[in-house]
Amino acid sequence: MRRVRWSSVLLHAALLVLAAAALGPLLWMVSASLMPAGEASALPPRLLPSAPTLAHYRDLFGRLRLGRALLNSTLLATATSVLAVVLNALAGYAFAKLRFRGRARLFRLLLALLVVPAQVAMLPLFLLLKQLGLVNTLAGVVAPGLASVFGIFLVRQYALSIPDDLLDAARLDGAGEWRIFVSVVLPLLRPILVTLALFTFLATWNDFMWPLIVLSDDARYTLPVALANLSGEHVLDTELMMAGAVVTVAPVLALFLALQRYYLQGVMLGSVKG
Amino acid sequence: MSGRDTFGSRREARAAWAFLAPALLTLLVFFLLPVLLAFVLSFTDFDLYAVGDPGNARWVGLRNYADLLREPLFWRALRNTLLFAFLGGPLTVALALGAALLVNAPLTRGRRFFRTAFFAPVVATLVAMAVVWHALYHPRFGPIGHLLAALGLPRVDWLGDPRFALPALVLLAAWKNFGYTMVVFVAGLQGIPEELYEAARIDGARALQRFRHVTLPLLGPTFSFVGVVTLIGYLQVFAEPYVMTPEGGPLKSTLTASLLMYERGFRWWSLGPAAAIAVLLFVVVLAVTLLQLRLQGGEGA
Repeated sequence: MRRVRWSSVLLHAALLVLAAAALGPLLWMVSASLMPAGEASALPPRLLPSAPTLAHYRDLFGRLRLGRALLNSTLLATATSVLAVVLNALAGYAFAKLRFRGRARLFRLLLALLVVPAQVAMLPLFLLLKQLGLVNTLAGVVAPGLASVFGIFLVRQYALSIPDDLLDAARLDGAGEWRIFVSVVLPLLRPILVTLALFTFLATWNDFMWPLIVLSDDARYTLPVALANLSGEHVLDTELMMAGAVVTVAPVLALFLALQRYYLQGVMLGSVKG
Repeated sequence: MSGRDTFGSRREARAAWAFLAPALLTLLVFFLLPVLLAFVLSFTDFDLYAVGDPGNARWVGLRNYADLLREPLFWRALRNTLLFAFLGGPLTVALALGAALLVNAPLTRGRRFFRTAFFAPVVATLVAMAVVWHALYHPRFGPIGHLLAALGLPRVDWLGDPRFALPALVLLAAWKNFGYTMVVFVAGLQGIPEELYEAARIDGARALQRFRHVTLPLLGPTFSFVGVVTLIGYLQVFAEPYVMTPEGGPLKSTLTASLLMYERGFRWWSLGPAAAIAVLLFVVVLAVTLLQLRLQGGEGA
């Protein structure tokens, strides 16, 4: 019994150290964002603000107009999620349940695309968007995120568990494929579509390189681009930068905490070999 | 009956292509086509004038590649990228496995809390975390320096010293990503039947032996998956050096392939040479993936 107690103490000590390491930077970010200017660089160091202040947040949303970026990020992530769910749900279901020639080969081909780094497509994609007049627009940022191999894969894995009998019964009742999809399949796919929407929202929100390339007008910047731009000028205003980081991170962290179950399910489903 | 079947399957196939069309067309236009064009672009001298009028681009054959392979800065970027991936990959996977074993231990209380805590950095915006870690690393005022000093260790100019700048970015990446891999490992661990441990225990295997002879081999497929995913991700590293060490860092010690491609392509508008960097990055990713799969495949067999 004694040994069990000691190993339990060690185990939880290790867990707590690791948790402190994981959460420490996030907690310090929040604390420093509430400190009066200069206090995060005080010696000896302070962990908590002497007199918590929202001045930096007011600065960000007033003078520095970060509210625009918050709005852009929200619009962009919402639009991409909605459209990605529609496109990937249709395709994922087709790969899982509709029989057609070359299905397996086409699916393998799609999976092979996963090893192609996104950077490879970026230069020609930029030129293509320029031809289409989509450079420096949110639509240009959305376009490449609409359909994703990972999203199709996720929906397919989940849809495989839909019994064929159910679909065949609906066909015998004379329902068309579209009807079957809307009234039989979609309700069954609901959990994985929540997962997919969440994944897409977070990925779009957090994305940096592509919006950095496409957007040139700071009124259209997303939060990460605006924050990186801000850090170029205000890198020494630690408290202000931490407030900017909080504004950028808080919405996605809150969303994750609220829908954690769906997110983790997606991580696990995504790691199952097809 | 068979007539109805063929009718049914033809109807089904038509529906399938209609359902697939929006996603496949999007992937074709916004991904596959650009990827193919990247190869074409890499054989041209596409520059700012060609951005205005593509007619100005000329075919230069392999010149961009030849120029790159002669350029020390390119090799520096490639070295940094590989270093980042091969330091960060094992570190991330090791941390993740440790965290998974701790979270999954039968004695552990508060599993959900710890899992959420370890996962929080994964969903946090990378750029914001790079901004935070930039402050954490500050040579005089950064909390990491204070922590090291409290432990009696020397202060380090993490981001300003060419010896430490890249490892500093690796630490941030491992911190940010290990929670994702941990969740995959936990799923793998839970897939190992309890009877195997029971049998090993009856055979007198101690905890470490059970770990070596039961846990590790049965996690083989999981290792292979997380290894490939982590390495592919790390080989594309961009935001960390872009935000934390401007201009490629001290002595270009944090200049990565993606960063070099971005600078050439979107700052200098030398899209031809930049495309050659992208293609070479692709080749590296492909080679590392195949190597990793072969190594893991050999081990598992």
